[in-house]
Amino acid sequence: MTEFLQHLVNGLSVGTIYALIALGYTMVYGVLKLINFAHGDVYMVGAFSGLYLARGLGVDQSPSLFKALLVFVGSMLICAALGVIIERFAYRPLRHQPRLTALITAIGVSFLLEYGFQLPPMVQGGVPFPPGPTPRFFPEPFPRVDFEPFGVHVSNYDIVSLAVAIGLMFALQFVVYRTKFGTAMRAVSFDSGVAGLMGINVNRVISWTFALGSGLAAAAALLVAGSRPTINPLMGLLPGIKAFVAAVFGGIGNVPGAMVGGLVLGLAEEYVAGYALSSYRDGIAFAMLILVLLFRPAGLFGRVRAEKV
Amino acid sequence: MGHLKLVFRSLLPFLLALPVLWAATAVLAHFEMWSFQYILMMAFIDVILAVSLNVVNGFTGQFSLGHAGFMAVGAYTAAKITVAMRGMDVLGLPPGVSDQVVFSAALVAGMLTAAGAGFLVGMPSLRLRGDYLAIVTLGFNEIIRVVIENTPFLGQATGISGLPRRTTLVWVGMGAVATLVMARRLVGSTHGRALLAIREDEVAAEAMGVDTTGYKVRAFVISAAFAGLAGGLLVHLIQLCTPRSFTFVKSIEVVVMVVLGGLGSVTGSVIAAFVLRFGVEALREAQQYRMVLYSMLLIVLMLTRPTGLFGTREIWDLLPRLRRRRAEGGAQ
Amino acid sequence: MSAPVSENPVLEARKVTMQFGGLKALSEFELDLRPRELVGMIGPNGAGKTTAFNAITGVYAPTSGDVLVSGERVNGQRPYAICKKGIARTFQNIRLFKDLTAIDNVRVACHHRRQAGFTAAFIRSAASLADERSITRRAEEYLAVMGLADRRDELARNLPYGEQRRLEIARALATGPKLLCLDEPAAGMNASEKVSLLELIRKIRDDFGLAILIIEHDMRVVMGVSERLVVLDHGIIISRGTPEKVRKDPKVIEAYLGDAYLAEKHISVPGEGA
Repeated sequence: MTEFLQHLVNGLSVGTIYALIALGYTMVYGVLKLINFAHGDVYMVGAFSGLYLARGLGVDQSPSLFKALLVFVGSMLICAALGVIIERFAYRPLRHQPRLTALITAIGVSFLLEYGFQLPPMVQGGVPFPPGPTPRFFPEPFPRVDFEPFGVHVSNYDIVSLAVAIGLMFALQFVVYRTKFGTAMRAVSFDSGVAGLMGINVNRVISWTFALGSGLAAAAALLVAGSRPTINPLMGLLPGIKAFVAAVFGGIGNVPGAMVGGLVLGLAEEYVAGYALSSYRDGIAFAMLILVLLFRPAGLFGRVRAEKV
Repeated sequence: MGHLKLVFRSLLPFLLALPVLWAATAVLAHFEMWSFQYILMMAFIDVILAVSLNVVNGFTGQFSLGHAGFMAVGAYTAAKITVAMRGMDVLGLPPGVSDQVVFSAALVAGMLTAAGAGFLVGMPSLRLRGDYLAIVTLGFNEIIRVVIENTPFLGQATGISGLPRRTTLVWVGMGAVATLVMARRLVGSTHGRALLAIREDEVAAEAMGVDTTGYKVRAFVISAAFAGLAGGLLVHLIQLCTPRSFTFVKSIEVVVMVVLGGLGSVTGSVIAAFVLRFGVEALREAQQYRMVLYSMLLIVLMLTRPTGLFGTREIWDLLPRLRRRRAEGGAQ
Repeated sequence: MSAPVSENPVLEARKVTMQFGGLKALSEFELDLRPRELVGMIGPNGAGKTTAFNAITGVYAPTSGDVLVSGERVNGQRPYAICKKGIARTFQNIRLFKDLTAIDNVRVACHHRRQAGFTAAFIRSAASLADERSITRRAEEYLAVMGLADRRDELARNLPYGEQRRLEIARALATGPKLLCLDEPAAGMNASEKVSLLELIRKIRDDFGLAILIIEHDMRVVMGVSERLVVLDHGIIISRGTPEKVRKDPKVIEAYLGDAYLAEKHISVPGEGA
């Protein structure tokens, strides 16, 4: 029973991270019909932004809640800006090109971030920039405390992570369904041409969508970085792909779907790897992907769009 | 007699290429240009990869991101065969000849298993739309890799080592010629036009009597088979067969070659393969910057000239006489 | 070039219904077409005419009802199979193979009649070469019939609009159909082009001996070329018969011009009260 609960806790933990990243994929796909391959790498940039900010603020020597908050919000803002810049210069010029072109560009941006961060340092410092391929230690914002309710290992990090992730998801849910911006975003995802004709500034909505999604990815990265020892430039690859699978599973373009998809994937990984084949953990996401696309390509909550002949 | 003439004309490209490749090998050996020969061989393998992917991505307009997965299937099949048959003399033939026979069989086996993998992947996937197909093929690529890494019989993550070095300039050259001949004959035939029609407008193609699913699968299978050939040739050149050679990054590299050359242009794929391979070698000093420059090239290319160097044009389109011959179906 | 003339209907649509979720786009659609017949399908926008085409040609599988081609039930078969059975079509929004030449567009339509298989193409067998020759010859003939012989090597997207429409018809003809379905072939044409089109359609029917089903909005075109009409509104057939009879049918007038018009002109629709 404790094992079951342990997997549940772990699964929710990792699932909320996938969900936060998946939201970025799903929102961008919704408004642009583009799979933003670079999203996983924006996640990685979030972790490194946090690292640089933390070192700049001296979190190592004198950790405090206030500084942790600054690092958190600061990274989210940096990544939001990065998302907007990527969209503006790499995707917007290709708005009217076939989607294949934008997809390839997205792959290019992804590689640029991954390999750019692995370059030899140009700016020296405690942690140089670019950081290079070696993993870097991320400072602990607050001391780790472990509990064992019902024999299940939980740390205060897990609780904070879960709380923050859920809080952010509720906040996003509010934005998407109860604000004017959210309505505009959903309008653009249905039909950007008509949305534009109705007076919505489509470019601005898209920019803000990128900003939101990237900010959430940064948040996810920090929640992960706080409890894992190291970060490295390729850390976004696997979580990025898995989060994408989660988004597709929930119905790509559908916001609640991405959240559900993330949780389902996290739990599936935990339970399958825990009870069955642990070395296939990373393959579970791909298996889920293939199954979804073969049997229900629109995903859990997705709409099937028929082509008019 | 007409029959014999047909067979001769069918085999002509191979009959012409063989002596040229032999001569080239001799010349390069004479000048001891070993590293140049190595790069040249890698370039020919890239040609096989790029042209075979072009059949799916360029001619048929589907977006496959999993080419390296099929390479892996072909490579491992061929590797297992040559390693198992090492030192054995087949049919009582002298060792030199026996080795070549085993190698040929290994490559063919690799092509067949890769084709089978192409069929298994293609059948369920090809009813999916553009970006979904891309993701599924990527997924299969990664699944193949994960399976290999977890299978002791295939050497898991360390792979299979001690492969005999069987790949020569003649082999890769003939492989490239075979791929080019395949592509050229395909696109000049009614079957090739069916593929192009699918690319242009799948609904209309279907309405005009083209079995679109069947043809998409065929394109996939043929493309996978030649990827398998490239895989088999590659591992017998570097004498190592590991999953690290067949990741999604490798698939992307092939996609870049095809896109750079122009989707749908065989000529473009050939030129892009050579340009990128020799370009990579030229940047050998700046190894760390290679991928960054690569990714910037990709972005700039998409922003400025997404149709690639050649678009959908071929060199044979420049020669009006050849073009008329092609229009007449290559007869007389 | 002519199809064998028989008395059996080329097409029989029996109570064909197309339901998309809550929307019934086509309701109990019935239509019979005999060889060499010229039938027009008219109705306001959104009446379900193209849906009927799609149900007949296999783009949609009928939710209920049957579609029979030469007596054989083809429900749910793929469009390419139905094409091989003898139904060809053009599209409301031209769907040519834009980056292919005019002759290649038509050659694709000849593909399904090939003899040699996929692998034969690689070895350049005698059969595959013979295929190429006969396909090219056939494509050239159909281009000539539609007056496009000199446009042979032009890319389809570079052709003027009227020629694109003719190319689409040439392409559909090249599949060798028993029934040709034309979806608004006169759309976007000027008056003289429409007159030429009318003559062309009649000529095609006479020379090739096929049945033609035509959707059109332009009343002069469809009345001028059809031997009989079927009128759709909201997915239901509201009238059938000769052009003369249909143009006077109050139900048809109401569908196009509305009941206010009927009231103004003091026309009553029988069976619905005045």
